[in-house]
Amino acid sequence: MTQETRMDRIAEHLTDTEVKGRSLWLDAARRFRRNKAAVGAVIALLLVIAFVLIGPAFARWSNEEIDWTLMGDVAGQGMPNVENGHFFGLDELGRDLYARVIQATGTSLVVGVIGAFVSVVIGTLYGAVAGFVGGRTDNLMMRAVDILLAVPSMFVIILLLVMFGRSFYMLFVGIGLVSWLEMSRIVRGQTLSLRHREFIEAARAAGVGTTTIILRHIVPNLLGVVVVYASLLVPQIILTESFISFLGLGVQEPATSLGALISAGAATITYGTVWQLAFPLVFFLVTIVSMFFIGDGLRDALDPKDR
Amino acid sequence: MALVEARDLKVTFQTGDGPVEAVKGVSFDIAAGECLGIVGESGSGKSQTMMAAMGLLARNGRASGSFRFDGQDLLTLPAHEAGKIRGADVSMIFQDPLTALTPHLTVGQQLGEVLAHHKGLKGAEARRISLDWLDRVRISDAARRIAQYPHELSGGMRQRVMIAMAMLCSPRLLIADEPTTALDVTVQAEILDLMAALQREEGTAIALITHDMGVVARMCDRIQVMRHGAYVEEGTAAQIFAAPREDYTRKLIDAMPRIDAPEGPARTDARGQQILDVRDVKVHFPIKLQQGIFGRTVDLKAVDGVSFDLRAGETLGIVGESGCGKSTLARAVLQLIPPTAGAVSWLGTDLTSLDAGALKKQRRDLQIVFQDPLASLDPRMTIAQSIGEPLKTFQPGLTRSERRAKVLAMMDRVGLPASMQNRYPHELSGGQNQRVGIARAMINTPKLIVCDEAVSALDVSIQAQVLDLLRELQAEFGMAMLFISHDLAVVREISHRILVLYLGRVVEFADRNRIYESPLHPYTQALISAVPIPDPGVERSRTRLRLPGELPSPLTPGAQLRFLPSRRADTGYLPRLSEAAPGHYVAEHDSLETILAQ
Amino acid sequence: MLNYILRRLLIAIPTLLVLIVVCFLLMHAAPGSPFTSERALPPQVLANIEARYGLDKPLVFQMWDYLVNVVTRFDFGPSFVYRDRTVNGIISQGFPVTLTYGTLSFIVAVIVGVSLGVAAALRQNTWLDYLAVGTSFSAQALPNFVMAPILVIIFTWKLGWLPGGGWNGGAWPYLVMPVIALSTSFMASIARITRSSMLEVLNANFIRTARAKGLPARTVVWRHAMKPTMMPVVSYLGPAFVGMITGSVVIDMYFSTGGIGLFYVNSALNRDYSVMLGLTILYGALTIVFNLITDIAYAWLDPKIRY
Repeated sequence: MTQETRMDRIAEHLTDTEVKGRSLWLDAARRFRRNKAAVGAVIALLLVIAFVLIGPAFARWSNEEIDWTLMGDVAGQGMPNVENGHFFGLDELGRDLYARVIQATGTSLVVGVIGAFVSVVIGTLYGAVAGFVGGRTDNLMMRAVDILLAVPSMFVIILLLVMFGRSFYMLFVGIGLVSWLEMSRIVRGQTLSLRHREFIEAARAAGVGTTTIILRHIVPNLLGVVVVYASLLVPQIILTESFISFLGLGVQEPATSLGALISAGAATITYGTVWQLAFPLVFFLVTIVSMFFIGDGLRDALDPKDR
Repeated sequence: MALVEARDLKVTFQTGDGPVEAVKGVSFDIAAGECLGIVGESGSGKSQTMMAAMGLLARNGRASGSFRFDGQDLLTLPAHEAGKIRGADVSMIFQDPLTALTPHLTVGQQLGEVLAHHKGLKGAEARRISLDWLDRVRISDAARRIAQYPHELSGGMRQRVMIAMAMLCSPRLLIADEPTTALDVTVQAEILDLMAALQREEGTAIALITHDMGVVARMCDRIQVMRHGAYVEEGTAAQIFAAPREDYTRKLIDAMPRIDAPEGPARTDARGQQILDVRDVKVHFPIKLQQGIFGRTVDLKAVDGVSFDLRAGETLGIVGESGCGKSTLARAVLQLIPPTAGAVSWLGTDLTSLDAGALKKQRRDLQIVFQDPLASLDPRMTIAQSIGEPLKTFQPGLTRSERRAKVLAMMDRVGLPASMQNRYPHELSGGQNQRVGIARAMINTPKLIVCDEAVSALDVSIQAQVLDLLRELQAEFGMAMLFISHDLAVVREISHRILVLYLGRVVEFADRNRIYESPLHPYTQALISAVPIPDPGVERSRTRLRLPGELPSPLTPGAQLRFLPSRRADTGYLPRLSEAAPGHYVAEHDSLETILAQ
Repeated sequence: MLNYILRRLLIAIPTLLVLIVVCFLLMHAAPGSPFTSERALPPQVLANIEARYGLDKPLVFQMWDYLVNVVTRFDFGPSFVYRDRTVNGIISQGFPVTLTYGTLSFIVAVIVGVSLGVAAALRQNTWLDYLAVGTSFSAQALPNFVMAPILVIIFTWKLGWLPGGGWNGGAWPYLVMPVIALSTSFMASIARITRSSMLEVLNANFIRTARAKGLPARTVVWRHAMKPTMMPVVSYLGPAFVGMITGSVVIDMYFSTGGIGLFYVNSALNRDYSVMLGLTILYGALTIVFNLITDIAYAWLDPKIRY
């Protein structure tokens, strides 16, 4: 067969039978959709986000206003009430809890996502460099991580907040500084094992340069692991922030977070104002638990080795 | 009555895509003391049949029908009843000896629990029986081995431990699932001999599950050929090999290359000028030994002074057992691993002296095909992207559509339909993925292709097709090949000349026919005699050359002098290579009698 | 084995020294001294005080003195805020308390967590499994500063079974709630790690071999699967330990147990640097020692590490 007729035949072939392949991502998406718990969790989380975005439209009070009429007797008359517009009741200062919960949920989500983003970026870069360069550099970089991991991370955050002032910005720096460590270890391990895979060797044999190998072959293959751990890092950071808020070192008034509301609610529960704990806690639990389920579902979908 | 009567045995797996019937109702008998071979390619359901009988199906698997052992149906027996038979009267050994033993229990503990569970034996008596069996499976120094953990033993030794463990209660049926597939050919020969001896001496029936027609020819009395979950043919070994009724059986037998074929497929002597000259290449890896508090670093000499040359259009086969350095040598030639010493001269240029940029230009002509087809392709790239990647590097001027046309042409050439271009490696079979690997290597029409165990992971029929493809491509494009394999029969099929490696050094180097017809080195002779031949008549009447001892680790002092015991006093001495006949090089060695006598 | 332990020790010692130096420098990098934040003191008085605490010397000398005191005499110096107390005094008062309920919580978390995880794995995809996974997610999401007041409401107020706080020399009624509050979330994590690890091990080839020997399921699980299952669990114990140290702060605040957690928070809020520094180093040292213990436990589980 001559070259031309062969090309013709191929061209013919193309028009009618161009089959789209199923990439690993599509495969993973299919597995994820089959996981009922994970899909349910996604819906729950979307509802929470929708509440933060749409909720303010229904609010009759702002989050800063104090309802002077009820302020004196929060325990007696501050309970949830549709008529006076305090759907979730009042907080201990007489502010509308519905508006406060919306505000707090938003803050917690933002803290979680930004914090996770910062640590994922730092951790991935650090880990990928250590894993790919290897040798002495890798040893040194990972020894440093080991030492930092031996420092109780919460104390570092507390230290930073106490010494450099309580600010939103410092909170991110503190959380970001400590939570990239685990990430960098995971990414390094993955990079190391990828580096010795045959398809990387094949690329080197094909004359592909180091930078291109990292960008074209290593990074896309790291992405799965990064996505999984990032999704588990978000709730972890929200939990960390809530603890810091509990100590009174987190976001400062008038801003608030779920952690701050919960610790305030927990402190006043002795007066019988159950709603002050219950509403923020429910939103907190729904957010965190659904994030856990999503992270778990992502891991099962992206890393299906035991199925 | 037969020992085993299996009737209408079905195995079904519940998967995400609905139920999959792996075994579609098979019936067979095994008589006491006979060896039944169950042969088939991967995915034929041959293992699942026996797994069902042993109660070892995965959680999503269900078995129906019956498997009567000595009148009792193992499929319906309550778990504690079946547990008395399994491991005692019916026992099983598996393919991968490296992972089949519990890592945190000593050999003695793992043997002992069988005796404790089935016979109520403990302490000194159990130890005595265990030691006795370790001796019988020819584990030297059994008293020391019994206290060791599996990771301290070699692969062959672990498989012996598995066999000893299976034999402890003198079973009447031993199920062996690909027992030698993961082992080197000389170790395979010894394990098969051992099993045959046990069958003879203990009267144990054996159900041997394998894809290797050579192993079947050596071991089996009767054969069941299995395909797509059903039996396609049954008969005695002599019948099946002499006059197979089914085409499929015929194909299985024919696809297997025979090391004793009178004259391999004609290899036209298209040998041009010398293009590659490898001189005294060494690759040493620093290995950290955990000794003392700080550990100690020693050099592992993976390749220790290898020289050869290659001519245009020629295929050089490189054979050796695991750990002989054949893959390392290939990577050193391609400069994927920098050699510690020596010169690799490619078309007159010494590759070891080139900088990264100059080396990259040379890479266009130096390509490699890997062993594991799936692992050698980026899982997140379509196969067209993988094949086209070298084009991006070496012909960056091509437009997208030109590149696509070239990729499709190459896909067509290696027998991949164009409709597959957007598929991902995990959607393709092993054979198809290996074609992708070959297409990627061939896309820039290189002058040298290194095939590193390129067909070892494939089923025999696919293996034959891929070998044919490589030969066709060589005839069409005239590239030279370095063909690396542990399989001597395959290497014989495709090579012009053959290099035999032992612990990083050349022991013999000659034309293909000379190597197989008149091997001079005892190691080459042992290797050739260990390869099973898919013909029961020939296979069972062959005399085998068995060398004493195990393949030593390259770190063992004096390992290189295994075939030269007379120089053992002279530590650090390395056997020299000499030209025994024109073009036939052989390493210095003592006479066979001296070696066998040690 | 002995070599292995020695080698780990040799790594642990420099890690500890680096930790001390880093904490010291971090603490002294903070703007201002502990005394500047209080009402303005006359310069002469300030200089006298600084001289008394050695703060007038160059930083390197201060650090050297500190290091020598800590290493040779285990002396962390005086408190900056409570003029009549030393850091050592605070540690010797609070540490035994923390150690008591901490150790108990740790044991409870490991035993209950592992049992729950194994049970869930063996009954994969049954109601028990779903229940275990679901509750462990919720337990992980429930912060212990919420858990603590809820426990108090139930067991002290409603049921009246347990005292609402105090220590009383560590009598058991005073221990129950601190231990529950501290251990629950770690118990949940351990259960989840155990479950997925056990599921993976049960798919291993050597488990197939053990089953082929006809051994009863009980023997297969306990004798063959248990040790490898515990390997990731043991790796998690290091981070869990750090988490528990953090959690002890909440326990000391809610249950007035008098452990060092409360001292730590107070020292942070009062900028009592020497107490903070001393306690951070103590926690770091404990973490390093604990990691050493888990390393040894790991070696016990995996014969490949024992040389």
